[in-house]
Amino acid sequence: MSGTRPLAQAPTAPSRPAGGSTRVLPPVPGAAEDLRAHYARNGQARCRGPALIRAVREAGLTGRGGAAFPAHVKLAAVAQAGGRKVAVANGAEGEPASAKDAALLYHAPHLVLDGLQLAAEAVGAAEAYLYTDPRHAGPVERCLAERADDIPVTLVEAPPRFLSGQETALASRVSGGLGLPTFSFARVSERGVNGAPTLVQNVETLAHLALIARHGPGWFRRKGTPAEPGTTLITINADGHQIVTEAELGTPLASLITDGAAVLIGGYHGTWLPMAAALTLTLDNQALSRHHAALGAGVLAILPHHACGLIETARVVRYLAAESAGQCGPCLNGLPRIAVAMAELAGPQPRRGTVQAVERWAGLVTGRGACHHPDGTVRLVRSALRVFGAEIRRHAEGRCSATTSHPALPLPPADALPLTDEDWQ
Amino acid sequence: MTLTLRIDPIACTGHGACAEVAPELIEPDEWGYPIVSPGPVPARLERAARKAVATCPVLALRLQPASERPSRSG
Repeated sequence: MSGTRPLAQAPTAPSRPAGGSTRVLPPVPGAAEDLRAHYARNGQARCRGPALIRAVREAGLTGRGGAAFPAHVKLAAVAQAGGRKVAVANGAEGEPASAKDAALLYHAPHLVLDGLQLAAEAVGAAEAYLYTDPRHAGPVERCLAERADDIPVTLVEAPPRFLSGQETALASRVSGGLGLPTFSFARVSERGVNGAPTLVQNVETLAHLALIARHGPGWFRRKGTPAEPGTTLITINADGHQIVTEAELGTPLASLITDGAAVLIGGYHGTWLPMAAALTLTLDNQALSRHHAALGAGVLAILPHHACGLIETARVVRYLAAESAGQCGPCLNGLPRIAVAMAELAGPQPRRGTVQAVERWAGLVTGRGACHHPDGTVRLVRSALRVFGAEIRRHAEGRCSATTSHPALPLPPADALPLTDEDWQ
Repeated sequence: MTLTLRIDPIACTGHGACAEVAPELIEPDEWGYPIVSPGPVPARLERAARKAVATCPVLALRLQPASERPSRSG
């Protein structure tokens, strides 16, 4: 499983100074926090139950798994549902360019587990799950043994797939099925794990929730922007390394990244921006959305000057096409065609009309999957066509900006791609 | 009540029957999978929409109130 993230063999230490914004991560990077160290740093939760849902709403906490959906909306929806209910902490982190959930589960596992207990209790769930990469299962299991939780927590291993953290794939896997996206006319908060109303929150979201339960919404809003309060974990991918750090929302990007030709924001379903444009922006969706970008799960991936944005994008799109669950016709048919066309654009002297073909297929797959995989893939592709227009013309003349064949963006080895049902377990 | 046609894209295997019986509402893409015209089904086409739903051999089509949305995330 460690082969799925060649650039992050071990959980990444937050090795960059976080500028005083450390909240969910321990202020001193290093060993995993045991229960005693966790309570010494964070104290006990003071706000619970329905009052906690109100506090989360007042805090303005949004999901840190990628969609930035208001956390209190999901909490309230499951709290209002009747019958047996389930809460799941989502630490699948299938995104190869993200290591923040791994870092959080390694450094502050008890904060996440506190958040899961508090959220499960607030919605009235009788059972809880932690869904994560098998590499983290051992340490987290030891942490669970240290605790005396009221609501039992079961560990479920997430398949090492790009899509395994997608909510319906999670619900399917936790129910004992394959970790594949499913289609339903109901939401997971209505019918999720084994048909029960299910709360799914990213592990980092739960860590913030656990801190709101201690310090309150006013404290939470002391960092970040009025529209997007708090801090967020980010993974910076540069020079073949991944660095996880915690930053206030609204932090100037120029204080986090400096050099490069372009930066991919939000991960492999994200958006390329030229470095010059990115350096004028701040780390929040309000600023990024004006440039068609979004923070996603907090990935920043640098394209170095000596690399080619088309080659890097083609590598990632090939990976994304292979990681398609292959269940929906437009994704099954469209993504491989887009991947092959992007590979052609990444090579010397692509045929005329290839860009137009990519644009046509991009339009054809958008909004037509059971999950957002085609839409996210197309977002990346379209941003590459926008940002690397000069490179496309260079390739048409038989030239290329790359001066090395060394890949810049992290990807699992080609033989780790899914072939059979077992790959989704 | 306004109704919309919704496809379960996992169940759909691209038989193309829906596009044959309701060409005003459904058009096949270049791989034979249906593209449903977005928005509510006009009242005059409701019969055709119901026929498309009934024709689908894998029951992948549904006619449902426009306010409901399918679960899509991630």
